Amino acid sequence: MAYGSYVIQHDLDFSVERGEIFVIMGGSGSGKSTLLNHMVGLKAPARGDVVYDGESFWGATAEAQEGLRRRLGVSFQSGALWSSMTLAENVGLPLQTFTRLPARQIRDIVSLKLALVGLAGYEEFYPSEISGGMMKRAGVARAMALDPDILFFDEPSAGLDPISSRRLDDLILELRASLGATMVVVTHELASIFTIADNAVFLDAETRTMIACGPPKKLRDESPNPTVRTFLRRGDANGAAGGITS
Amino acid sequence: MNAAVVSAPDATLAVRHPEPAGAVLEFAGHWLSQRGLPEPSGALRELQAARVSHVAFDVRQIAAWDSGLVTFVLKLLGDLATRGVAADRDGLPDGVCRLIAMAEAVPERQTGRSDARPPWLARLGTHAIATAGAATVGLGFLGESLFALGALIRRRARFRVSDLLVVVQDCGPRALGIVSLISFLIGLILAFVGAVQLQQFGASIFVANLVAIAMTREIGCIMTAIVMSGRTGAAFAAQLGTMNTNQEIDALSTMGISPMEFLVLPRMLALIAMMPLLTVYSDLVGILGGAVVGLGMLGLSPTEYFEQTRAAVHVSDFLIGIVKSSVFGVVVALAGCLRGMQSGRSAAAVGLAATSAVVTSIVWLIVLDGIFAVILNVLGF
Repeated sequence: MAYGSYVIQHDLDFSVERGEIFVIMGGSGSGKSTLLNHMVGLKAPARGDVVYDGESFWGATAEAQEGLRRRLGVSFQSGALWSSMTLAENVGLPLQTFTRLPARQIRDIVSLKLALVGLAGYEEFYPSEISGGMMKRAGVARAMALDPDILFFDEPSAGLDPISSRRLDDLILELRASLGATMVVVTHELASIFTIADNAVFLDAETRTMIACGPPKKLRDESPNPTVRTFLRRGDANGAAGGITS
Repeated sequence: MNAAVVSAPDATLAVRHPEPAGAVLEFAGHWLSQRGLPEPSGALRELQAARVSHVAFDVRQIAAWDSGLVTFVLKLLGDLATRGVAADRDGLPDGVCRLIAMAEAVPERQTGRSDARPPWLARLGTHAIATAGAATVGLGFLGESLFALGALIRRRARFRVSDLLVVVQDCGPRALGIVSLISFLIGLILAFVGAVQLQQFGASIFVANLVAIAMTREIGCIMTAIVMSGRTGAAFAAQLGTMNTNQEIDALSTMGISPMEFLVLPRMLALIAMMPLLTVYSDLVGILGGAVVGLGMLGLSPTEYFEQTRAAVHVSDFLIGIVKSSVFGVVVALAGCLRGMQSGRSAAAVGLAATSAVVTSIVWLIVLDGIFAVILNVLGF
């Protein structure tokens, strides 16, 4: 991964299993969101590829990429809702564009998606009329609009109060349990990491590569790399896990 | 009895009656939104006709499902509940039950919002109140800008001179290209239209008078102002609107720095200073455009055209244009800054602010130009 000649991360090699919640973690500026952008097809890697079910994303034709993109849902850091549209229009747009469902069924599905994220009744609100946390949840509802196989979350807990953050974690767990979707989450919130992650990759800003991959609790307790242990123990490489328990 | 009562290309629902008062809803096929979903009305009619008191679900024949099935079942359950029919959810897939529980966990917020159009009288009233409110805000903004000018005169205004110079550069030298093009073409078109008419009377030489007087008194300043409102006024609105979105204006206010002095004043000063210069430049380029037609099409000599222009235009004509352009500069700056400061905190709102800035300034430019025409006529200029 690089911006021009500046390499952000190199030699990244990991796989995400179907139905698992996979966390991309690392310190600020380590390239977590950039990696997410590469995985969802927003930015081509300087070298290498992203492979979905054996199908290369960056080696595929534009049509094949389009098809792959429809299997992905992305929830952006601040929701990234279209400000000129109501929440119902935001969630309904992908359904209108990519399905042949009649307007009434689209409305019902939109109401369900908003209800799933706790926003029932907010269909006619504009993004500017709701809070940051609600925008984030509406962004999740939009990401789920087409029932994607893989859901990506960029910093879902950032800027949220602990209760909202916990609810969002519960939502991610519940969606995985009910829909069986694969989740890829970018976060550096330890509470979230230990609550939701089955597996995780750690990106290091200093060496500019991944320095650990595996279940977060195992990495916290057994990783040979002090940077990973320090990160997962909130700065204390040798001490206890900072009150975060399984 | 067992018949498919609703179906979509890949999804079917049959109602089976194992007992007179009960029914089993049998789902089969692919219940996926992207493949199309059936409507529940057929099944509901069937259940109503059979007068069942309880229903159960059988999903063993379902090959695949997504939230389309959840939507269908939710609607069905809602309708059954209103009719007092008991529904046994045990037969539903575990995931569907979990999603329904999630959807029902937070009750629907009664916001009172609907997409229904209010009656015309209510719309008229809302519009009138909004217009009165906008006028009050506009007047308040004008007052605040006068206070800011007062602070500047008393040397108490706080803004960065470097910001002022950047805006001056943007409003002045960087606008020369577009002002040159528009003025040259306007002068050329004026001369061409005039020449066609004046040639018929053998009065081609008066093309110079037409172009010179029109450019200096009216068209030079009004065209420059319109160009600047589209170019610079819209940019002011977009800049301040984006700053508002990013809470940059709030940050200034909380530090005790007046946004009017720090942001609006430099923009207003820059336009007040640059507009007269651009107008004089526009006048000259417009006259040059007219000269191209006079010399090229009418066969006039450069000396003839120059002398005729000099005789036609007085210093007062230039001054009228200059005075008007200063006022127009204030209008363009105020409209741009007002709309930018009023902007909502979203991309759409910033776009709206830019559009509104251009519309507001053009309306006021034309109105003020009319007022100037009346006043100058009364004063005998």
